[in-house]
Amino acid sequence: MRGNAEAHELIAPGSLHAVLQVLAEGPGVWTPIAGGTELMVAHAAGRLSAKKLLSLWGIPDLRFIEAGADSITIGACTTFRDLRLDPAIAAHFPLLAKAATWIGSIANQNRATVGGNLVNGSPAADSSPALLVYDAELELISVRGKRRVPYTEFHTGYKKNVLAPDELVYAVHLPRKFAAHRQYLRKVGTRRAMAISKVELAGTALLDTGVISEVRFAAASLAPFPTRLYQTETAVRGREISPQTIMAGRNALLEEAAPVDDIRSTAEYRRAVAANLLEEFLRSLVVEQPR
Amino acid sequence: MSADWPAIDLVVNGDRRSVQAPPMKRLLDVLREDLQLTGTKEGCGEGECGSCSVRLNGELVNSCLVPVLQAHGARIQTVEGLAIDGDLHPLQQAFLNCGGAQCGICTPGMLMAATHLLASNPHPTMTEIREGLAGNLCRCTGFKRIFDSVISAAAQTQDPMANEAHAR
Repeated sequence: MRGNAEAHELIAPGSLHAVLQVLAEGPGVWTPIAGGTELMVAHAAGRLSAKKLLSLWGIPDLRFIEAGADSITIGACTTFRDLRLDPAIAAHFPLLAKAATWIGSIANQNRATVGGNLVNGSPAADSSPALLVYDAELELISVRGKRRVPYTEFHTGYKKNVLAPDELVYAVHLPRKFAAHRQYLRKVGTRRAMAISKVELAGTALLDTGVISEVRFAAASLAPFPTRLYQTETAVRGREISPQTIMAGRNALLEEAAPVDDIRSTAEYRRAVAANLLEEFLRSLVVEQPR
Repeated sequence: MSADWPAIDLVVNGDRRSVQAPPMKRLLDVLREDLQLTGTKEGCGEGECGSCSVRLNGELVNSCLVPVLQAHGARIQTVEGLAIDGDLHPLQQAFLNCGGAQCGICTPGMLMAATHLLASNPHPTMTEIREGLAGNLCRCTGFKRIFDSVISAAAQTQDPMANEAHAR
């Protein structure tokens, strides 16, 4: 361990109310830490710049899954293990349940939280593509109150987001409107467990007599933050699945994707694979879904 | 300075322990340095290898990623808590019998991950064993003998609670 534990302060006020008070009294002073699967890695390596940390772990008000009539609400400190075990998530948002199974290992899933995955803002965040194609909405909280932002508007740049210095992500809302949609999620990485993705693509699509009437695509590792692929959606919406539609989708995606070369892969590989994943999803739509 | 550090209360392998430590000290380092429980190993120090696996309130965690303040009041089980008075846990015996341990660095973590798996799933399939141990790396065995060890321990267990009951 190259980090120095004595150089960092960590407090655990214990309740959501107390945490928000601390943030309000010193906006920007405190860095929230939930399960620590990201910040503790930086800490061990001696590159954790935050000196004052505020624990969100073990606050019941932030760790819950609430199934309402129109939506399911997930508290920000819900772990990926919690998501995997929840029957409502498995039944109504299977892509999210699937993503939860390939986040790190069991030990990581027991600590890593949904809110942490989003606030950390990695371009490769495993849960993001599923949340994007499910029209997730984030609820943010501070002593000033709560506000909601569509998840599509949360990230504003590489590791940047719309959170004010005194704000936390409180919960993720998922509207229950995708039951009839065909759904797709695939991650490509060096191994199934542990590996950070080279590229990940999610999709939801509604077909009306063979025509794509509603469609959402989202990807990780194709841009500085996880993003919806609006141009690609436009290219295939209102069309039947045909070689021409698939080609139009591929071309739009290649145009829209802005991946980088890094230690895990190359931009060229990421583009090629993302287009192949898109084609795999579109081709699967031709097959009648068993009812 | 140490007088300013908070008292952290833990129940480690069934015993109440209290340490004064910087709250950002890793649970791993508290176990090894403050409590002299050096069975838990540091491998990568970044949650990738599973060598430092322990159970925290029954959940498998990488102790290198847990700031000790977040373990305040928790039950911790380490590899030292598996054998009772020299009587090996069925998984430890199975690792011995099947050659599941070679150099030994990954073994404590493997044992904790396997204990965690069998606690909720006493007779796992090979796929479930592979997933349950996917966060634990071994550079000696090629994993096959480790998986065989888990299958062997599970096969000996008729009573689903026996593995859990053995562990304090």
